Amino acid sequence: MQDFSFLTTWLDNSLRSIMPGWLSVTVECLLVGVGLLLVYALLALFYIYYERKLCAAFQCRLGPNRVGPWGLLQSFADMFKMLIKEIIHLNHIDRFLFALAPYLVIIASMLAFAVLPWGNGLQIIDFNIGIFFLIAVSSIGVLGILLAGWSSNNKFTLIGSLRSGAQMVSYELSIGLSVITMVCLAGTMSVGGIVQEQENLWFIFKGHVPAVIAFIIYMIAGTAETNRGPFDLPEAESELTAGYHTEYSGMHFGFFYLAEYLNLFIVSGVASLLFLGGWMPLHFPGWDAFNHIMDYIPSVVWFIGKAVLLSFVIIWFKWTFPRLRIDQLLSLEWKYLLPINLVNLVLMVLIIVNGWHF
Amino acid sequence: MANITDKIVKLFPDATVVEGNDPMVTVADSRWHDLAALLRDNEELKFDYLVTIVGMDWTEHLGCIYYLMSTEYNTVVGVKVLAEGTRETPYIHSVADLWAVAVTYEREVFDFFGIVFIGNPDMRRLFLNLDWKGYPLRKDYDEDPALNPVSTESERQTDFTDVYSLDENGNVQKKEVRVFEKDDFVVNIGPQHPATHGVLRFRTAVNGEEIKKIDLYCGYIHRGIEKLCENLAYPQTLHFMDRMDYFSAHNYHHALCMLIEKAAGIEISRRAQVIRVMMDELSRIASHCLFIGTYCMDLGATTMLFYALRVREQILDIMEKTCGARMTFNYECIGGVMQDLAPDFVQDVKALLEVLPKNIKEYNEIFTGNVIARNRMEGVGVLSREDAISYAVTGPSGRASGWACDMRKLFPYSIYSELDFEEVVMTEGDSMARFKCRMREMEESAKILAQLVDNIPEGEYCVKVPKVLKLPVGSWFQLTEGCRGAFGLYLESDGNTKPYRLKIAPPCLPQAAVVDHITRGQKIADLITIGGSMDYIVPDIDR
Repeated sequence: MQDFSFLTTWLDNSLRSIMPGWLSVTVECLLVGVGLLLVYALLALFYIYYERKLCAAFQCRLGPNRVGPWGLLQSFADMFKMLIKEIIHLNHIDRFLFALAPYLVIIASMLAFAVLPWGNGLQIIDFNIGIFFLIAVSSIGVLGILLAGWSSNNKFTLIGSLRSGAQMVSYELSIGLSVITMVCLAGTMSVGGIVQEQENLWFIFKGHVPAVIAFIIYMIAGTAETNRGPFDLPEAESELTAGYHTEYSGMHFGFFYLAEYLNLFIVSGVASLLFLGGWMPLHFPGWDAFNHIMDYIPSVVWFIGKAVLLSFVIIWFKWTFPRLRIDQLLSLEWKYLLPINLVNLVLMVLIIVNGWHF
Repeated sequence: MANITDKIVKLFPDATVVEGNDPMVTVADSRWHDLAALLRDNEELKFDYLVTIVGMDWTEHLGCIYYLMSTEYNTVVGVKVLAEGTRETPYIHSVADLWAVAVTYEREVFDFFGIVFIGNPDMRRLFLNLDWKGYPLRKDYDEDPALNPVSTESERQTDFTDVYSLDENGNVQKKEVRVFEKDDFVVNIGPQHPATHGVLRFRTAVNGEEIKKIDLYCGYIHRGIEKLCENLAYPQTLHFMDRMDYFSAHNYHHALCMLIEKAAGIEISRRAQVIRVMMDELSRIASHCLFIGTYCMDLGATTMLFYALRVREQILDIMEKTCGARMTFNYECIGGVMQDLAPDFVQDVKALLEVLPKNIKEYNEIFTGNVIARNRMEGVGVLSREDAISYAVTGPSGRASGWACDMRKLFPYSIYSELDFEEVVMTEGDSMARFKCRMREMEESAKILAQLVDNIPEGEYCVKVPKVLKLPVGSWFQLTEGCRGAFGLYLESDGNTKPYRLKIAPPCLPQAAVVDHITRGQKIADLITIGGSMDYIVPDIDR
């Protein structure tokens, strides 16, 4: 299997040979930061195009097809438009918090990128509580949404952010519990460790029944975490016009917009990490020839491919289902998902203790 | 029909019969409330449905004609009440305690005629600005634009409403009352809001996510159609019918044409009648399709909109070929229809009838059976049959509450009596029932089309009518079925080429007025569900 770590080690060594250690670390950090920004922007543009094309297909339309071949440049044009749009300054708002909110949202999704397993040896930071870090930073996003709704001094945004707060806090429980279920199976919280554990078999196969249950719950809760339909109550356009970001314009709105798509990628990325092996190719114990062929596909392709495929499912939800109501949303979490999750965790532990997994 | 007035006079000797085309009685204002209570509660009369209140200015008197219908005996009667007091402060006693919809209807009369209703709990203007000068439908109204200039400032608002009462000396007393409580958190849903389907405004007092009270605020698209009609010749008044409920353009056109033809004694050809009915039913399918699409979109299922619009597009194409327009068709005219059918009309309708059942099946598969959709709609916004009648909620929304109010069945007009179709009546009264009711009505309309498409008789599509049309002196009232419910028209003629008074009673105003009643205590999201399921069209409310 191709290992990208030779690239990073070579870079590190050559930098250290020409400059002191602290400087080389700074340069590496800068390089990673720029690379991350680039990936971030490109992914967002891809996702906008991806969703628009998919949604068009569900709705018997063609979707963007005028700007560039097959409309490929459409999302670039959109983003450029967003960049040059005027940011409207409002009176009667809390200016500092109003300006801070979109950055909090985008920082939260940016930080989560640091621990995603992009490929073999292509992880930005791999430490022993990686998955814990990921859950922690992705909860910062809700702060941004609450601030946005509150500082706008508007009744719609306030209701939107209150909904969002209730929703995020509730569904984080489900995400956390299904992650814990899988961490039990992996025996480690390190992202690299979780991927390595799936070398022989992906967790969704290895953990069979509880893993599948955890996967389904994770996908539901993950959709809710990203505020996407059918859980898009905080921005339910037919009720609250645009919810918490009603008052935002220009690039500030663009940040919320970008963060939504990037969160979609992060949620599907984490799902692929926990259940589908991260960057690990599809391996079955005993099928050596098959496993060997799978290894020829680069690990980056595996990871992004899985994430995009899972995103397809989430986008499919959005364009098929009607929206839930706030009380139904909360009762789904507290009355169904949470108890199922707890039982599932016990089940998983029993299976691990007795060695009933594959 | 004549015996109903005799019966009323026998039971209530203070009332007298008014001779005319339709059964009508008259009573003095002081006895009016007693007569109203008798009309509603007497076992032999049971006039439980207040169709409309026609405000009138007969120059020497102001007054109202109340049109009442008995849902049990299927009879309609008009009650004429002259206003007491001077022309500056005319008053009539309110019947808002007997028929819930009267609160709104009386506000409308107050807005246009300045007649104050004693005892109405909410006597504000309904459509015009708070500071509008004059009462536009009075015959002595001053139309000078300098009196009511276009305001360059924000619209004036008030949190108060007026309640009028009579003191011992018979003088009208005014009292200010708050619309909302003092510390209510009031959210404006509208006038610019995606879910109000037009410029309608609900001032919504909420307690967290729960709705405490809704204040309906309309008039943003009020064009004064009734006033405009008084200055136009009969054929000219027709085109306004396209511009109220623009999805029932054919139905409304049909209704007014029929009323004028009835008044003028014009007999139209069978071909024209068949064409009109087919257009009505095509409109109904297109309208219900749009309802399904926008309603699902309100609930967050955007994809359904496109599925529903596919069928609607097909119908609009048929209309375009024949009428030359996709909206505001202006197709029916006095004496028949404007143009003959397009050559491939029959073929196109057959193609539509072929795809429609498949589409309805698809809608049911993707949406009606969906567990989220069912949770959102079932048991939400339940309207009982009694309330539906009291609030005058007609059309599919009323039929979903178990009230068989299809005017095509109750007062069969045109060729409807010969057609075989079922009136869809459901009993649940919730949003789901209103949704399903429309779904099934599409099937019934398709059934009507299937019966007619091969039987369009030959003949002229428009009979000759005099160039200058004068109607005899008299008044006529007629109820027909629009896509959204009972569409009432009252026409009074003084023998001229222009109507003396043309009152339009649209189905959508009561449907919007009932929203407050059924949303109390529900969630904000339910307001969208309920409002959407009522399927009101704002230009139809405001006129």
